[in-house]
Amino acid sequence: MALKGNLRDFSFSQLLNLISLAKKTGTLEVHGPNKAASISFDSGKLSYAQNNKLDHGLAAILLRSEKLTDKQYQVIREKANNIGDKELGLMLINSNYVTQEEILDSLKNEFVSTANDLFTWEEGVFHFENNVKPAQDKISLLISLENIIIEGSRQLKELEQLQDEIPSLDMALKFTDNPGTNIRNVNLSVKEWRVVSFINPKNTMKQIARTTKLNDLEFRRIVYSLIQAGLVELIRPEGAEPPSPKIPTLPVEDSEEQKSLVNRLITRIRSL
Amino acid sequence: MQTVKMVVTGPFSSGKTQFIQTVSEIDVVATERKISSESERIKETTTVAMDFGRITVDDDLVLYLFGTPGQKRFDFMWEILSEGMLGFVVMVDSSRPETFREARRILETFRAYAPTPYVVTANKQDLEDAWEPDDMRIALRLSPEVKLLPCISTNKESVKNALLELLYSILERMES
Repeated sequence: MALKGNLRDFSFSQLLNLISLAKKTGTLEVHGPNKAASISFDSGKLSYAQNNKLDHGLAAILLRSEKLTDKQYQVIREKANNIGDKELGLMLINSNYVTQEEILDSLKNEFVSTANDLFTWEEGVFHFENNVKPAQDKISLLISLENIIIEGSRQLKELEQLQDEIPSLDMALKFTDNPGTNIRNVNLSVKEWRVVSFINPKNTMKQIARTTKLNDLEFRRIVYSLIQAGLVELIRPEGAEPPSPKIPTLPVEDSEEQKSLVNRLITRIRSL
Repeated sequence: MQTVKMVVTGPFSSGKTQFIQTVSEIDVVATERKISSESERIKETTTVAMDFGRITVDDDLVLYLFGTPGQKRFDFMWEILSEGMLGFVVMVDSSRPETFREARRILETFRAYAPTPYVVTANKQDLEDAWEPDDMRIALRLSPEVKLLPCISTNKESVKNALLELLYSILERMES
């Protein structure tokens, strides 16, 4: 019988725990709002994973892990587009583009990253089909789930803290006016620079996260570090209406009567 | 009889019940229970629904002070308590920086429920390890226009000052 449900009710860490303990073999499909992922397991170990929003061919994975250059990737796309991952892997190794170890490391990082991303999904319909394996031309690995569950749970806790710090991605970012601060003198990673390059009061953080293709945790982590370093600050996006301040609820409607009522309260408090 | 209401909120053990008790003319109607969670065993009891204090202004007007439960698992009460309030006070324990993040979350939540005037109090300023209000402003990321008031909730003048500052803000909002 297939395992079906929603991550809202049965979390991804619970699912992984179940698959690991029961040493299941099969494929888990998860469909969330605007995203989907597919993860395969072999005897309770992670064997393959793909984020359905990304190109999950081997060449694209090697490009993302910076083992191939853009130019090399384009050449492969043009000349070897119809070749399966296993065959492509052998060709790349034989032509000294990459080593076998680099391919395996890149695939492992990709699979683990796809699994880690699923920990942050608050909802998503899942469906585990027993004995369904990845396509024959795909390269499978065997990665034990214990570390993924521990690391994923740790990241989930971190994400919860970051969500407290940055509750909404509908706000925009702007560089602070602190004198003496120059972002060019700060050591930033490639991902941080990608975020920094889109900082503009017109762009909401949600738009920047989408454009830079960073997951929620990665994006919030970068923004949080930039805020903590005093380099950027949160602002309302340009053009967005500020929330209208609410006049407090009072039992009288006339504005003069309202003021009189508040003045009576002031007089009384002073006299306490 | 006209009634108005103010809400006193803040993290667990920030001094909300004491704040209300200090100025209420009635014994505070508290809904306290013994604390079950070890991690929250900083004090023996905690508010589970609300505290309720009263200040009679004159024959026609009464001010009610409602204190929210501080523990996170009771935060479903917040929206109910914030309905129809005149303004709110966010209490922060100046000596427990580990609660500052929670204080910010509460502040943001209440601002979302009702964008009415509010003040933030840096409570327990009499404790040796209390943070300076200026440092707390930075830690809590409060903009300069937000009133952050030093407070000792056992001291009547201190509590009166917080309530008065909130009322001045309400008056300013009406006049703007």
